[in-house]
Amino acid sequence: MALLEVKDLHTSFFTPAGEVKAVNGLSFNLDRRKVLGIVGESGSGKSVTAYSIMQILASTGKIVSGSIKFDGQELVGAGEKVMKTIRGNKISIIFQDPMTSLNPTYTIGHQLMEAILLHTNRNKHEARERAIEMLRLVNINEPEKRINQYPFEFSGGMRQRIMIAMALACEPDILIADEPTTALDVTIQAQILELMKSLQEELGMAIIMITHDLGVVAQMCDEVIVMYAGSACEQGTADEIFYNPAHEYTKGLMRSIPTADTAGTKLKPITGTPIDLLNLPKGCPFAPRCENAMKICIKERAERMQINEFHQANCWMNVKEGIENGSIEISKEGGEES
Amino acid sequence: MSENKTPLIEVKHLKEYFNINTGFMRSKPLKAVDDVSFSINQGETLGLVGESGCGKTTVGRTLLNLYKPTGGEIYYKGKQIKTKADINEFRKKATMVFQDPYSSLNPRMTVSDIIGEPLDIHKAYKTREERHEKILTLMDRVGLNSEHAARYAHEFSGGQRQRIGIARALALDPDFIVCDEPVSALDVSIQAQVINMFDELQQQMGLTYLFIAHDILVVRHISDRIAVMYLGKMVELADAAEIYEHPLHPYTKSLMSAVPQPDPKIARSNKRIVLSGDIPSPLNAPSGCPFHTRCPYATEECSQSMPEFKEISSGHFVACHKAAEIN
Ligand SMILES: Nc1ncnc2c1ncn2[C@@H]1O[C@H](COP(=O)(O)OP(=O)(O)OP(=O)(O)O)[C@@H](O)[C@H]1O
Ligand SMILES: Nc1ncnc2c1ncn2[C@@H]1O[C@H](COP(=O)(O)OP(=O)(O)OP(=O)(O)O)[C@@H](O)[C@H]1O
Ligand code: SF4
Ligand SMILES: [Mg+2]
Ligand SMILES: [Mg+2]
Repeated sequence: MALLEVKDLHTSFFTPAGEVKAVNGLSFNLDRRKVLGIVGESGSGKSVTAYSIMQILASTGKIVSGSIKFDGQELVGAGEKVMKTIRGNKISIIFQDPMTSLNPTYTIGHQLMEAILLHTNRNKHEARERAIEMLRLVNINEPEKRINQYPFEFSGGMRQRIMIAMALACEPDILIADEPTTALDVTIQAQILELMKSLQEELGMAIIMITHDLGVVAQMCDEVIVMYAGSACEQGTADEIFYNPAHEYTKGLMRSIPTADTAGTKLKPITGTPIDLLNLPKGCPFAPRCENAMKICIKERAERMQINEFHQANCWMNVKEGIENGSIEISKEGGEES
Repeated sequence: MSENKTPLIEVKHLKEYFNINTGFMRSKPLKAVDDVSFSINQGETLGLVGESGCGKTTVGRTLLNLYKPTGGEIYYKGKQIKTKADINEFRKKATMVFQDPYSSLNPRMTVSDIIGEPLDIHKAYKTREERHEKILTLMDRVGLNSEHAARYAHEFSGGQRQRIGIARALALDPDFIVCDEPVSALDVSIQAQVINMFDELQQQMGLTYLFIAHDILVVRHISDRIAVMYLGKMVELADAAEIYEHPLHPYTKSLMSAVPQPDPKIARSNKRIVLSGDIPSPLNAPSGCPFHTRCPYATEECSQSMPEFKEISSGHFVACHKAAEIN
């Protein structure tokens, strides 16, 4: 049994303009000690997925259907009482925006110790020691002194690191990191990523790493989910996703990143604009922007296909290629995988 | 790049100190930019990188005289910018594109008014029709649908807003643009569209850029040469490929090693140089080399005297006492 099992998750926001289907039909498993990356363009539902797992959606948002199991326990519909034992304790989150998540009226030491006392079996003295140790680990100098300072006395990058310290101090089973390093400098980012990796190995923690930085994914992740318009268009091991992408969106994404080799050449961006989540098409949601879209892509959404043992994707191109190279045989009823 | 041609932009010993209040009647200079010199050739892109707060934006703004320089000289096409009239002329030829497409545009102005504003300020048209024509041409040039001229900025996506900002910067037909983190807030795929546009505009119009960004791979992609700053000082400057492959300064070395490579095999085998030690505050800049508090090679000499910014090999400048020894 996987540590976290998400099945056919649907989360919507009910707005005056209509139902915004932010997550529609997302499924994945996360094992202990694994780092799962979630990538996808802005608005594809990465943060909403995280908030759904934690059940901290805005009041207009609702998990419409689906299942989220932590260690076998169903969380959807479980109620606040259960979620209180999960949040911070079993699953903790580093938010995309660090400014909103520290309380400006308490010292950072107070906030760190509170979290540690609440979620681990330490006494006050040990909690203080742990808080100092965590601050030192995220590279805050002179933590013994700084522990008595308030959030406004730190720079943006430092606050981000304090958030990371707070999330890690509770030794959660799963850490959800939503764009944890975007506000940081490259050299500090490298330090924080190494810290996460070492704690993950030490504590056996699993990480969900949400980011648009494919460099961070390449460095950190075992598995990757590529999201498009609220669902996974492709998922598999990091190597499969980077070296053998099987969805046209992922291929476009990989082509559009600048690397050391693209200097002096034109980048190849994905054209067009993101899909309107109020009016999802019935075909492949990427079809309107896809260079290789076929008639079937516009008419019907591709089923999830197993590309190989480590890799799945929902893209008709795989069927086309399969038929062409003979790995898929066509029966009378239409395309079917052999 | 021919050696004896006059550079389009030349900066010598540029200084920008901010006075910071440190209590009752007392203030202290924050040396945001401290003795920085470089030049940019016609049609060239100079990338500028360095950690947050090292002075990149301030270099850009001071260079354009948006801040009055505390010291140093600025030359445009070989002529020093000194008088009010010089500055006024220079402002038509040199502009800036700002980092945040979400907050740098006034949401209550229409696209047409945003792009037209510099035209209005410098009275760059004779009739309303001419103004309107210019705006439509500019929108067209950056790939915006000119039918949307009457719409408000908030009705556009991030990538489109950045295009509006660029159209505005192009309004007076400049030679030189300071691009301050113009793609940092954008999604990878949209980012690629905007980078390509900078590229095309440069080719069509012969533009020269100072391109500030924290994403080294973006800077590597777009720049001819790259300059690295640390705590208000320029520590290294070289050809883009050269500095990326063979950084000489210890700070640049750690920076380049930390770049997250979008390739799992390379990323896993990468040896990152992790820095430790205090990150100094620009208000209390350390004596000697600004990097010595975090530098793995620092010696007594480094904490006492500031290394000179000098040319070590052709076109490769570095400010480090140990540059010859450690490389
Ligand atoms: N409170 C809300 N009300 C209505 N729609 C919302 C709300 N929160 C999110 N959405 C919509 O849900 C979709 C998914 O948003 P989400 O924040 O998960 O995107 P994301 O993938 O995290 O993007 P980014 O990379 O920009 O952080 C978006 O279209 C967004 O506009
Ligand atoms: N108007 C100002 N008044 C006082 N101090 C300033 C001002 N502008 C910048 N500074 C200070 O000057 C230093 C350099 O700032 P600058 O904005 O140039 O850095 P930067 O390299 O652009 O950083 P970032 O990557 O975060 O944009 C910082 O310490 C900053 O706090
Ligand atoms: S001068 Fe000294 S302290 Fe500065 S970078 Fe070189 S070796 Fe390091
Ligand atoms: Mg998000
Ligand atoms: Mg800046």
